[in-house]
Amino acid sequence: MFRYLIRRLLAAAVIMLVITTITFFIFFALPSDPALLACGKTCSPSRLAEIRHSLGLDRSYLTQYWEFFKGLFAGRDFGDQSVRIHCGAPCLGVSFQTDTPVLTTLLSDFPADLSLGLGAAVAFLILGVGLGTVAAVRRGRAADKAAVGLALFGVSVQIYFIGLLLLYLFVDKFQILPTSGYTPITEDPAGWFKGLILPWATLVIVYLAMYTRLTRSSMLEVFAEDYMRTARAKGLPAAKVVLKHGLRAAITPIITIFGMDVGSLIGGSAVITESVFGINGIGKLAVDSVQNSDLPVILGTTLFAATFVVLANVVVDLVYGLVDPRVRLA
Amino acid sequence: MSVQTSPQPADVTPAPAPFLDVRDLRVHFPTEDGLVKSVDGVSFTLEKGRTLGIVGESGSGKSVTSLALLGLHKGTRAQVSGEIWLEGKELVALPETEMRALRGRTVSMIFQDPLSALHPFFTVGAQIAEAYRVHHKVSKKEARDRAVEMLKRVGIPQPERRVRDYPHQFSGGMRQRAMIAMSLVCDPALLIADEPTTALDVTVQAQILDLIRDLQEEFGSAVVIITHDLGVVSDIADDILVMYGGRRIEYGTTRDVLKQPQHPYTWGLLQSMPHLTGDVGERLDPIPGTPPSLINLPAGCAFHPRCAYKGWVHEGRCTVDRPELRPVSGTGRHIAACHLTDEAKHEIRDGVRKGA
Repeated sequence: MFRYLIRRLLAAAVIMLVITTITFFIFFALPSDPALLACGKTCSPSRLAEIRHSLGLDRSYLTQYWEFFKGLFAGRDFGDQSVRIHCGAPCLGVSFQTDTPVLTTLLSDFPADLSLGLGAAVAFLILGVGLGTVAAVRRGRAADKAAVGLALFGVSVQIYFIGLLLLYLFVDKFQILPTSGYTPITEDPAGWFKGLILPWATLVIVYLAMYTRLTRSSMLEVFAEDYMRTARAKGLPAAKVVLKHGLRAAITPIITIFGMDVGSLIGGSAVITESVFGINGIGKLAVDSVQNSDLPVILGTTLFAATFVVLANVVVDLVYGLVDPRVRLA
Repeated sequence: MSVQTSPQPADVTPAPAPFLDVRDLRVHFPTEDGLVKSVDGVSFTLEKGRTLGIVGESGSGKSVTSLALLGLHKGTRAQVSGEIWLEGKELVALPETEMRALRGRTVSMIFQDPLSALHPFFTVGAQIAEAYRVHHKVSKKEARDRAVEMLKRVGIPQPERRVRDYPHQFSGGMRQRAMIAMSLVCDPALLIADEPTTALDVTVQAQILDLIRDLQEEFGSAVVIITHDLGVVSDIADDILVMYGGRRIEYGTTRDVLKQPQHPYTWGLLQSMPHLTGDVGERLDPIPGTPPSLINLPAGCAFHPRCAYKGWVHEGRCTVDRPELRPVSGTGRHIAACHLTDEAKHEIRDGVRKGA
């Protein structure tokens, strides 16, 4: 078990190295020039060269890459004699735009993603599994059709549509909820919660669909298993047959997908939701950095998101080993 | 209410009702292609301490019959009619909640293929203990002790340790023993074993059959064994019921049915089974063809398309007239449904003996 974990983590490190490398070199294949962007409208060739030098863009790609890589483990110092920015290990670089270390920005944005992602995930898991179970038990009847229809609706609508609709209804029209934005939980727990209700709801509507369908089909498959008949033959009440014997078996494939979704959500994949509700999270940071050709931030956000997806994968495998006694982690 | 004072005449005294009395049981499944008549008018009786073997190919309706005994068709689309009397209670019309109280306690079942019939995510001990706790108000600890005791009883070594194992950690034979332990945990009066040895290898098969027989003696339960293997029932059953296409075609004591099989289908089942005393080089004769469609049973005798002896019956009656179950002369309650005359059967059997 322990050796398995070590091996998986090493593999994860390799994956992240590959992702970083690819991201890094793709950036230089782009036609935009970050120095030109930083230089502004009144730009002279000498000023441009200066900026290039201060950003380190005048060195060869490989040198830049090496510098970046070294910074991950040893930290780096940026700037010239006048301004000196220290970036401690693990240094993901310093933003071309804001001159702040990328990691600092990431960590300050992270609580928003964590709140948004985890909160929504818990809600859509519980609701999706519940709805899917009801649909499976009532297969072919009204409840099933309603659940499947609801799921279909969730898949079909887009986040920006449902998000804006919710904003219009609850913030503008009925004015039940505050205008959007993220309030840190440490500042104002009630405000944190109120501000996140609509973003959560949006994500739930979109993700619920998949979990409902997944649970429904997984459950129906389990219903056909011999051990379900055995459970009934023991004299167990129907509810216990479904909720204990059925759900226990049907939940396993759902855990896998759930782990991945949580990983990517808190890694900043809820970009559209973040923008619709004005939440400054990592997704928004990533989009902005691409628009500004801010290489260190692009690298940082990519690496950050990748870390969560890869870690979620490892966690899912570990959990699988706990949930399914037949799985041996070795 | 009048009080009977005079002694009842002997001939009016009703015979004691049998422990299990199945009368004209029908289980039909409506499907898009038509009505599947999986069981179509099956009757039999069984006393405590006795064993009935229900024999037939796949699709003959034997498993569906056994599920009806457990009331497991309730709440499904299956249409069940007829009567199942168990200790004076009629099960077909019994509401689900009352049936549930009997399941696992009065009637219990050993399923075929214990690997898929046991839940992969719960320990063997937990599954046995659960079966006990459904019907008994005991603590988890007591139920667990009971599970250990049952595992010991069915011959699982180190039961205190194995009780914590998952089904996949058991061997095939051990799993079937665990399954038996689970089905016997509430001392059921009626035990149904659906192909209990099919998924096991031959040496283990014999052990499992011995175990079922020993436990039956110990618990005094009535046992219904469902199998396609006449070898299994010849060892263990008191009576044999041969089913074909959801109907009875031959029914009698094991001795009568095996010594003097009356139906060509039963002959076929016997011939597709090797004999210890037979010649090694002797070919086993499988029954030609496949089991009939349960939606459109062949007219007349359902077996006629596969029957090699329909030529012995005049005017093609086999394809038109459905043969009634008739008592076999010179036996107690041996009945069979075949148009062949006794003379024809004798001739055929003599011929087979000489010709082979």
